[in-house]
Amino acid sequence: MELVQILFWVFAAVLAASALAMILVKNPVHAALLLVLAFFTSAAIWLLIEAEFLAVVLILVYVGAVMVLFLFVVMMLDINVEELRARVTRYALLGGIVTGLVVFELVSVVWSRSLGIDVTVGATAQPAEYSNTAELGKVLYTEFVYPFELAAVLLLIAIVAAISLTMRKRPNLKQQDISAQVAVRREDRVRIVKVDAVKPDAPAPEEKAP
Amino acid sequence: MIPLNWLLLVSAVLFAISVAGMFINRKNLILLLMCVELLLLAVNFNFVAFSRYLGDINGQIFVFFVLTVAAAESAIGLAILVVLFRERRSINVEDLSTLKG
Amino acid sequence: MNESLNPNLLLAIALLPLVTAAIAGLFCGTLPRKVAAGITIAGVALSFLGSLHVAGSIFLHGADTFNGTVYQWLVTDGVSMQVGFLVDQLTALMMVVVTFVSLCVHVYTIGYMADDDGFNRFFSYISLFTFSMLMLVMSNNFMQLFFGWEAVGVVSYLLIGFWYKRPTAIFANMKAFLVNRVGDFGFALGIAGVVYYTASLDYTTAFGAAEQIAAQTFPLPGTDGVNAMTFICIGLFIGAMGKSAQVPLHVWLPDSMEGPTPISALIHAATMVTAGIFMVARMSPLFEHSEYALNFVLFIGATTALFMGFLGIINNDIKRVVAYSTLSQLGYMTVALGVSAYSFGIFHLMTHAFFKALLFLAAGSVIIGMHHEQDMRKMGGLFPYMKVTAITCWIGSLALIGTPFFSGYYSKDLIIDAVKHQHHLQPDNWIAGYAYWCVMIGVFVTAFYSFRLLFMTFHGKPRWDANAAHGDAHGDASHAHDDHAEHDDHGHGHHGGAPHEPGWSMKGPLVALAFPSVLIGGWTVGPLLFEGGFGKSIYFNAEHSAMLEEIGHSVGDWLHFGVHALQNPVFYIMLAGVLSAYVLYIAKPHWPDAIDAKLKPLRVVLENKYWFDWFNENVIAAGSRLLGRIFWKGGDTAIIDTGLIGGTTGFIDWAAGVIRRVQSGFLYSYAFWMVIGLVAMLAWFLSRAH
Repeated sequence: MELVQILFWVFAAVLAASALAMILVKNPVHAALLLVLAFFTSAAIWLLIEAEFLAVVLILVYVGAVMVLFLFVVMMLDINVEELRARVTRYALLGGIVTGLVVFELVSVVWSRSLGIDVTVGATAQPAEYSNTAELGKVLYTEFVYPFELAAVLLLIAIVAAISLTMRKRPNLKQQDISAQVAVRREDRVRIVKVDAVKPDAPAPEEKAP
Repeated sequence: MIPLNWLLLVSAVLFAISVAGMFINRKNLILLLMCVELLLLAVNFNFVAFSRYLGDINGQIFVFFVLTVAAAESAIGLAILVVLFRERRSINVEDLSTLKG
Repeated sequence: MNESLNPNLLLAIALLPLVTAAIAGLFCGTLPRKVAAGITIAGVALSFLGSLHVAGSIFLHGADTFNGTVYQWLVTDGVSMQVGFLVDQLTALMMVVVTFVSLCVHVYTIGYMADDDGFNRFFSYISLFTFSMLMLVMSNNFMQLFFGWEAVGVVSYLLIGFWYKRPTAIFANMKAFLVNRVGDFGFALGIAGVVYYTASLDYTTAFGAAEQIAAQTFPLPGTDGVNAMTFICIGLFIGAMGKSAQVPLHVWLPDSMEGPTPISALIHAATMVTAGIFMVARMSPLFEHSEYALNFVLFIGATTALFMGFLGIINNDIKRVVAYSTLSQLGYMTVALGVSAYSFGIFHLMTHAFFKALLFLAAGSVIIGMHHEQDMRKMGGLFPYMKVTAITCWIGSLALIGTPFFSGYYSKDLIIDAVKHQHHLQPDNWIAGYAYWCVMIGVFVTAFYSFRLLFMTFHGKPRWDANAAHGDAHGDASHAHDDHAEHDDHGHGHHGGAPHEPGWSMKGPLVALAFPSVLIGGWTVGPLLFEGGFGKSIYFNAEHSAMLEEIGHSVGDWLHFGVHALQNPVFYIMLAGVLSAYVLYIAKPHWPDAIDAKLKPLRVVLENKYWFDWFNENVIAAGSRLLGRIFWKGGDTAIIDTGLIGGTTGFIDWAAGVIRRVQSGFLYSYAFWMVIGLVAMLAWFLSRAH
């Protein structure tokens, strides 16, 4: 058995174990960390099959962004974990059956429905100077440029949506209202009061003075 | 050289685990979202494996888009979750039955 | 010198009574009695004069038969429905009879209903009846015939239940209505048969196609198929059985005596009940093509003629005796139709209309004179008190039993003659033999009950007590039919005294009817029957016209015909009947009770009217109710209400209850179902691809 294959089995075992642990642990923080582990091992396996760019993206985007976001949320919210784990066994049997069925079906697809291809062989290794990133880039910016732009817009929308969802006005927060400042007029600030010129009463005649 | 069926097997196991996770953690919205991520990972596994096996780079482009959508999805999902928690002080799915007709 | 009839005149004859009926009916609350009576009588009188003119034009001046449409109502699927008149000899005769009797009854009503609250309403009804009857007889198509047929039925219903506060009257009018529905069902089937085979409602078309219809077979379920003409004719005749009260649909007629007496005279003796006879005569071109139908008619008629006569013998209610007599005479007419002697049937219809109306009006006069007493056992010896009534009643009875030279003699004797000929022509036909015996015995029965009525009412020892409280009659409800419920306060001021003759408004019609009762037979028998008086309005096939011709030769003119009676056994049978009545009710009044005791079982049969009512009540009505209950409980309540309607809503409710659980509102449950669906889809995908 080649080294690559040995490594594959090691990573695969870690992947399966971390995924299994993720769904079973009680603490969401642990679950998130286990999911990070699963992503890491997946990226490793992808490296083994020479999909280097995606492996890197997986770590950068998922581990670096998405999973951090998850951890953020989990830690920020004061979640009552015990309550959420209660009565977990209620659907365990059904879940087991469904899972078994899924496995059975997927495996039977892989083994019995080969559609005329030999699944027991792998892809041939690429030459040393081959750049997976360059190849992807060529296709992405030519053939898939519109979907690529669409994906970018989609992400923008997601950002806007996420911010607008979570942003809220605090009632006691003091802040500048620039538009109000700009739109202010003189009348709002200055009140001119017309005051009649009144001559003060003439002083009493001098003659009364002694 | 890693045969195709090994990769598919790993993908299937990953998929099955995430489905089981959805059943087990049906109350915890955060874990449900995580399971969805795992589910997508399993799918991506297949894309990558076939892309490499068939020597067709388009499969990897697909993974690229799936990653994009998944990132957007988890961002919005978490945002909803935060709003929800702010409203209800809970992310228990069983508390969320206002969709009931 | 063929003149033609003016359609506007015909229209006026028919519509005048309708207009006056509408005026009297719509304003019956406000119109003064004199005005209501005046306009309705004027309307009918004008109709009568118009009818006389029409009859004169046709019979004396030989005017052409009028056959035309005056109003097209609608055309559907090629079948035209219209108002049209066919006026020939038959129609003209009927028009005169109807309007004349109606006029007499109108006049008579002034006296009879003088102290009734429903005076104006009554006039409206009888005028409406006149209109309906005229529409019926003048029709030139089946649609209008059916309209008139139903309209007279409705008026009959209204009038039987005229005293609507009386439960017996309501029961009787309901009964009349329901029994007539049975007949109408057959009638409608017959008309439908005509339309089916000829695609037309017009008489002329139907008669013209008679040969073709007779050649076809109608696939009646349960049989190998019957002759189409037989089917149509029997259907039409079942209608006639309902309207003309033939066994077994006769049960409504005796009960119809619940209505005021003028109505019994007009509708239930003289005109409406003869509509069936008229209709069959009018349809003679159809009936002539079906020997089976004619035999059926003959059998029914003969049975009615004899057995309804028997019932007249035992009844003590003066009006019911006359009613059973009417049934019996209708049976005679039907017998005449059955032996294809349509003209004889119509002739008897005409004479009968006069003398039976006379008898009814006389009976009504007696009832009024006796302060609403109808039981003959409480009468007797009335002759000195009401001479005009008694004499006219004698005349009517003599005409009814067929005394030579009275009009009833000519018509009835001819019918018996025709049956005898039929019997001789078809010795193997047992129905003809049966009919012959029925009509012969019927003569005796008729004579017996008629004179029983006369003797019990006008002669013998008075059995009434001038000073007795009138109220004792009320205790016996079945014999107090004409007792106005609303007059129990005896407000009419002539209570308690001796029997008295009513006023001239009642005597006048009696006298007016007495003349035709005596004369019309002898006057018209020759011209009408044997000198082609009916022209082409009645159709005979070759065999039957030969038979009638033979009868015509044998009877000669009216004088010879009358004298001929002395050589005829019928005359002696009649005499025997009269003598028996004399012996039993004048000479030996205690005999009837003795005979009664001996013949108890027979009396039970007769008193129960052969159990027709019992059968209808307990088998047909109860069976219908049972059937209705089954359909109501089983079909309506169980299957439709509970099963279909309740089941549908129940199922939807149940299904919604089940499906609602899917919509739990829990996010995880939607996710869960998504996964389940995914697994199922994958499974399907797998299984399909293998």
